[in-house]
Amino acid sequence: MDYESLGAQALDSIAKAQDLDALEALRVAFLGKQGSISGLLKTLGGMSPEERQTTGPKIHALREGVTNALADKKAALEAAALEAKLAAETVDLTLPAPESARGSVHPVSQVMDELAEIFADLGFAVATGPEIEDDWHNFTALNMPESHPARAMHDTFYIDKTASGYETEQDMVLRTHTSPVQIRAMLAAGGDKPLRIIAPGRVYRSDSDATHTPMFHQVEGLVIGKDITLAHLKWTLETMLKAFFERDDIVLRLRPSYFPFTEPSVEVDTGYSYVDGRRVVGGSGDAPGHAWMELLGSGMVNRHVLSAGGYDPDQWQGFAFGVGVDRLAMLKYGMNDLRAFFDGDARWLGHYGFSGLDVPTLSGGVGVQA
Amino acid sequence: MKFSLSWLKAHLETEATVEQIAGKLNAIGLEVEGIEDPAEKLRGFRVARILTADRHPNADKLQVLSVDTGEGAPLQVVCGAPNARAGLVGVLGLPGAVVPANGMVLKVAAVRSVESNGMMCSMRELELGEGHDGIIELPEDAPVGTAFAEYHGADPVFDISVTPNRPDCMGVYGIARDLAAAGLGFLKPIAAPGIAGSYACPVEIRTEDTDGCPAFYGRTIKGVKNGPSPEWLQAALKAADQRPISALVDITNYVMLTYGRPAHAYDLAKLSGAVVARRAVAGEQCLALNGKTYDLNESMTVIADAAGVHDIAGIMGGEHSGCSDDTADVLLEIAYFTPERIAATGRALNLTSDARARFERGVDPAFLDTGLDLLTGLILEICGGEASEVVRAGAAPATPKTVAFDPALVTKLGGVEIAGDEQKRILAALGFTVGDDWAVTVPGWRPDVDGAADIVEEVVRIHGLDGIESVPLPREDGVAKPTATPVQKLERRLRRSAAARGLNEAITWSFLPEGEAEHFAEGVLWRLANPISEDLKVMRPSLIPGLLSAAKRNLARGGSSLRLFEIGRRYLRDANGKGAERLTLAVVLAGDKTPRGWATGKAQAFDAFDAKAEALALLAEAGAPVDNLQIMGEAGAQFHPGQSATLRLGPKNVLARFGMLHPTTAKAFDLDGPVAVAEIFLDAIPGKKGASGFARVNYAPPALQAVKRDFAFLVKADLAAGDLLRAVKGADKANIIAARVFDDFRGQGVPEGQKSLAIEVTLQPAEKSYNDADLKAIADKVTAAAAKQGAVLRG
Repeated sequence: MDYESLGAQALDSIAKAQDLDALEALRVAFLGKQGSISGLLKTLGGMSPEERQTTGPKIHALREGVTNALADKKAALEAAALEAKLAAETVDLTLPAPESARGSVHPVSQVMDELAEIFADLGFAVATGPEIEDDWHNFTALNMPESHPARAMHDTFYIDKTASGYETEQDMVLRTHTSPVQIRAMLAAGGDKPLRIIAPGRVYRSDSDATHTPMFHQVEGLVIGKDITLAHLKWTLETMLKAFFERDDIVLRLRPSYFPFTEPSVEVDTGYSYVDGRRVVGGSGDAPGHAWMELLGSGMVNRHVLSAGGYDPDQWQGFAFGVGVDRLAMLKYGMNDLRAFFDGDARWLGHYGFSGLDVPTLSGGVGVQA
Repeated sequence: MKFSLSWLKAHLETEATVEQIAGKLNAIGLEVEGIEDPAEKLRGFRVARILTADRHPNADKLQVLSVDTGEGAPLQVVCGAPNARAGLVGVLGLPGAVVPANGMVLKVAAVRSVESNGMMCSMRELELGEGHDGIIELPEDAPVGTAFAEYHGADPVFDISVTPNRPDCMGVYGIARDLAAAGLGFLKPIAAPGIAGSYACPVEIRTEDTDGCPAFYGRTIKGVKNGPSPEWLQAALKAADQRPISALVDITNYVMLTYGRPAHAYDLAKLSGAVVARRAVAGEQCLALNGKTYDLNESMTVIADAAGVHDIAGIMGGEHSGCSDDTADVLLEIAYFTPERIAATGRALNLTSDARARFERGVDPAFLDTGLDLLTGLILEICGGEASEVVRAGAAPATPKTVAFDPALVTKLGGVEIAGDEQKRILAALGFTVGDDWAVTVPGWRPDVDGAADIVEEVVRIHGLDGIESVPLPREDGVAKPTATPVQKLERRLRRSAAARGLNEAITWSFLPEGEAEHFAEGVLWRLANPISEDLKVMRPSLIPGLLSAAKRNLARGGSSLRLFEIGRRYLRDANGKGAERLTLAVVLAGDKTPRGWATGKAQAFDAFDAKAEALALLAEAGAPVDNLQIMGEAGAQFHPGQSATLRLGPKNVLARFGMLHPTTAKAFDLDGPVAVAEIFLDAIPGKKGASGFARVNYAPPALQAVKRDFAFLVKADLAAGDLLRAVKGADKANIIAARVFDDFRGQGVPEGQKSLAIEVTLQPAEKSYNDADLKAIADKVTAAAAKQGAVLRG
């Protein structure tokens, strides 16, 4: 047989190989120890040099051609096998992936963090105090001695001292405001240095209807210095609200009012308008289509309160304010039912809550866009 | 406090509109809560004369009127009133007007086929009275064509909220004074008639309680005729939401509402002997004018005669000696009661009244004589009679306060510049006297003013707060310094970690129903004396009940998988019994952990290990040394006894508890199915020791690869895997860097009462790789350590 037709035959059978096994069998048949081409190679040894010179290259070419064909075919068969395997592994990716639960931060917590961030930039530290408070801190020290008519405005929850096994001379109450923290912070400061604090937390009033819950949240603010005036109060509140609502058109209206712990006392209104049926803070309340809404109470710290806090009222003065956190949250993020805040409805929490990663920062803007 | 415009104008000369007055009231701190303008209600009603009245062709009881409205051709109106007749001047509602009594919008309509262009109205239809016998009949000379509101004198009513520091503004005169000071008109002087009396007062008046009632003035008026008070007086009282009763009572109320000065009129015939202000005697009672009987005691001041108590002093009169239509002779009482006494008595009796509200805030002690004079004058004018001389027992505390003031304080406190002359003008207009040295004398009707800051407030308030500029707080140089405390940082970090772990933050009530609180009690509970409801009665000793209730509500709404957490306080006691509010994080996992799935099969419920995972992950976030924590039992009776534990640092310090809820507890909260719970006590987590700066301990990853070796041990079935693991970990601390249980097997090949625990141990070679001898030595140590726990290496 001539080498060429032998080669053609081999290549043909390689091309026809159906799978890797058949291909291996062919390799053995051609190139294995007993293989036909291996056999031809062995014949070279018995040839004369001249004959070898002419026949040798042919046999080598034959071997090389077959080797290459085997390799190519092997690669092709492997590729086809992989393709088939992958085709068999196809999955329906429209099926659902495993779900991971989405957690959330409560809007009240978020807003408290936002306020803490804003006030931190203004140099206010965060102070806290007990919620089960004694009469002195909640009332007397705040210039509301016993029988003061303003106490009646507070709808106070009292602790049943006998049933609670807590016999003290003083009444114990659930704090009706965060203002007792003013006293605690002043006393802790020692009466001889300027003070800037906010005090966020739960407060309690014996009141329950569509817009009042017996528990709600306040942030108290207190600034003590030598020359702090109502003008600083106005700036602080404006600055805080501008940062909080991320709008420059916040307009405040100050109205005289009365709180026993401040003198003069000032009620602060902010202008707003209705946009798509919702209150949106901004603009003057006197502008067309706008109105004023009461936002918070504030004033210059009463001298009796300064004294109770260990500050000499002839040396020191300052301002204080208290604002409802729940209300700020509602105004900013558009909730309309206060009672839902405390129901723990997972659907509501998911809708109005915030991602754990929504950490308020000044660089990113303290708010979270809808 | 409600009052009509005409009432105000009786004391304030002003041309200001209702809007201007309202705006000014708001600006000076007398917040307007509402304005009722009857003219609004009466829009579309006008004075009209019936020209002709003819029988309706189709109805016996109806007439067809021709009505002159003062302009254009007369209108045809159908009317059913029996008194409708030609010549009558009445009130016509034109088409488009809304009938106040029923809200009906009038329109042109056919009444039994006859066109009617409006309606002649009755008193009741216009809400002006009860008269409904027929249509209103006005005097013949009433100006036809005038808007009825204008003719009738529709009087707008202001409703303002008076802050507790302003008893003077609990009378119209005080409000007028404030408005006048603010430039809205002129305050008319009080016109006291100066009635001296024509005979000596026949009643002896004394005060025996000079603490509670330092001054008690009175006089009698003989021969009065009581009965309904005149229309103007009734209208004024109605505007103030007061029910007219009789002239004598109405007059005392009118004086109170005008001057903020309560007084009382007794029917002299019902009194016997001296009338005395004294302390009540325990056991005495008083049937008050509200029809309720009050038990009195010696802490309370009363007005009594020889027969008994007639009046809870300064709060409410007694039924027995109250004035009636038959009253012929009266004794007028005007007294000064001390605010503290009135407040205490009112609180003790739980009795509020207009008089109490004024006395407890402080009435003007200098207004006794003038008040009595005004009262007398009105009674004589309306009821007739003859007044006695005034008897005066005791004296009111008449020490006018003087405040040393400095006009510069207005700028120093208020941050606004107001000229000294303007400050003086404002103070004078408010009744303050300003001396040359700025010593400011406070008028008796301003008990709230007792310091310079109060004077600043008066000046700034009347001047207007608009002028206050915004002045930035001075700020420290550079970037704001951190302000949060370690606890605040911990709370924030945990909150956001928990949310990132798929938990939803809830905020639940701080108070619980008693039963729920008791179920989780640790020692004595804080109980409220006046809870808003039984469900909100006891301060929570644990955050779990609130979250369980929330879970229950969610499941009832169809929620299937709940992961709730809350960070808040538990209200407990410290070792000394003092209040201790402990910051706590609680997690409640209820419903399905994973829903049924194409890949996962059946739905899976939460188990105790889910609770453990949350507890450990959050503790790790909190910086707790989680690898050193001991897992011990005793999570509490609320937990499944075999599937719950505490996580402790040392034997005493419990950082957290977790596990499955006890089925009894779950049932108490109406929860079906397993509930996994974790509670982490944030204040028990040790803080970082010292300020070590930002640089961390040196570390370089080991050059040599770690080696893993598996060990399987047979142990008693009740040996805690954690105990064995700790033993294995500690077997060779130089080499073993980690160990992990990866199998817990019981059954075939494992003897009864035993289990097989498989542990993967990670070894870290230091200088050189392990050889066989090294590995054998370590394995021997592991086996020996395990043997101390009774573990036998499986062959």
